[in-house]
Amino acid sequence: MLSTEETHEIDLEIKKFPYKQSACLEALAIVQHHRGYVSNEALKAVAQYLEMSETELDGIGTFYNLIYRKPVGENVIRICDSVSCWILGYEKIKAKIKNELGIDLGQTTPDNRFTLLPTQCLGTCDHAPALMIGDDLHRDLDENNVVQILKSYQEKRVVKDTIDG
Amino acid sequence: MDKPLTKNIQLERGPLNIDDYIKAGGYLSVQKAVKSMAPSEVTKTVLESGLMGRGGAGVSTGFKMGAVPMGEHASKIKYLIANADEMEPGTFKDRLLLEGDPHQLIEGMLISAYAIGATTAYIFLRGEYKLAQKRLEASVAQAYAENYLGQNILGSNFSLNLYVHMSAGRYICGEETALINALEGKRATPRAKPPFPPISGLWGKPTLVQNVETLCNLPHIINHGVPWYKALGKGVDAGTKIYGVSGKVKRPGAWELPMGTTARELLEVHAGGMKEGLQFKALLPGGASTDFWGSDRLDTPMDFSSTAKIGTRMGTGTMIVLDDKTCPIGMILNLERFFKQESCGWCTPCRDGLSWIAETLTAIENGEGQTQDISILARHARLLGPGSTFCALAPGAASPLQTGLSRFKEEFEQHILTKKCPYQH
Repeated sequence: MLSTEETHEIDLEIKKFPYKQSACLEALAIVQHHRGYVSNEALKAVAQYLEMSETELDGIGTFYNLIYRKPVGENVIRICDSVSCWILGYEKIKAKIKNELGIDLGQTTPDNRFTLLPTQCLGTCDHAPALMIGDDLHRDLDENNVVQILKSYQEKRVVKDTIDG
Repeated sequence: MDKPLTKNIQLERGPLNIDDYIKAGGYLSVQKAVKSMAPSEVTKTVLESGLMGRGGAGVSTGFKMGAVPMGEHASKIKYLIANADEMEPGTFKDRLLLEGDPHQLIEGMLISAYAIGATTAYIFLRGEYKLAQKRLEASVAQAYAENYLGQNILGSNFSLNLYVHMSAGRYICGEETALINALEGKRATPRAKPPFPPISGLWGKPTLVQNVETLCNLPHIINHGVPWYKALGKGVDAGTKIYGVSGKVKRPGAWELPMGTTARELLEVHAGGMKEGLQFKALLPGGASTDFWGSDRLDTPMDFSSTAKIGTRMGTGTMIVLDDKTCPIGMILNLERFFKQESCGWCTPCRDGLSWIAETLTAIENGEGQTQDISILARHARLLGPGSTFCALAPGAASPLQTGLSRFKEEFEQHILTKKCPYQH
């Protein structure tokens, strides 16, 4: 079942297009925004709402890097592994993150704070190496500042807990 | 020197809001076009200006606009799409324009939409460009509020609705027919051509897909005219270009310069040359899907015509520099892995061929290469060339491979003979 908020947001997206099925990627992104990822149940609900087959919708969802069909941590780190970042030392940054968090690409920390994923070129090659954490872009990385950046997200969690709690 | 595309851009300040943009001469071209020019005159002006598509293909923009059917028998519904799905590795020019001056893109889209009679436009923005999204959405809202978008723009019969669509991270969406499928809510595989999108595109209607930088040129052409625009270029091609340099250079960055600036000037003057202790080895002139150039090509003017004349391509004009301490085989492997991963899987040569290429290169890099691997790779590069696939992804992947095989022949042989990679990484 989609929540009232979700259907309201999806309806706004549908207005951009002559056919409601065209808003399917937006709909998946909305559901993911509210639930963290697109579960089978969520996929089914979106498919029913847009009158599409689940298989077709899954074929679209799985096509994109930013739609998560598996649970991810609170902060998704997407590290650029494309050519300019590779030349400027992506391997070292990746090794540092792996070491700091104890996870490899595709894994989530046991406390569910971080998921580490690779991404293709982030379009900020003059500031390589780069990564994104959630919606935030971090650039000009080195082995020191990347640790500080990770720490700042661990601290953010504390603040969030206070607000939620 | 005139820098029309970046004159309003100051990254530390953020983009101009609509009032300041108008004060700086913004939206004048829309006033001029809507009030005093017929749509066909706009297209003719763009054609005569010599503007060529800045997404990398370099097709005449006016020619493409002229391919959209006009007149009373043409479809009443037509679409304009700004291709803001910048995802070519090594390319970061459209980000500058999107984040730096979003109203300029909207103004360019208004000119294009007016010329082809489009009533609905989309900005197809890559999912990772969150700052650009925020700034574009704010600018679109301002433009609606001031009646530069919406019904009867500036009291004329011209109306345009404009929407921002956020993609979700897939390189193939930058190919215009895959982009159209994506926008329709389908799996983003390329379509067979013909028909080309100006005839049958989004939901089967005439559709023009144009790169962000291309669109940003249009207001200036309308405001200042053809002779002015042609004079901006240094060589054969007209206008300015947002060039960029990344890699181990002293000052990586992006700059608006006259079209036809040489690769050497970009590398040595604007990027300040190589970092201390490193030598220049090669470069890719415009993204991952262009040919490797060596020092023999540094004096080539970076424009579409000059590069075509010597059988190569400028691509996006944002170059990636390879130094003497970085493994060229490792670099080619990185590029081919990217293409393998981003292949949509629609046609066999690309889906299967790129996997074999990546595996073979991995073996060579790991010291497990065989002598015959070099000829196997060369054959694959040929088989993936133009004409064998639905779209340009595979031919793009073949460009650095084919040229890399000849430019780095010694390095390939050394990896295979010594059974290891001699570079530190």
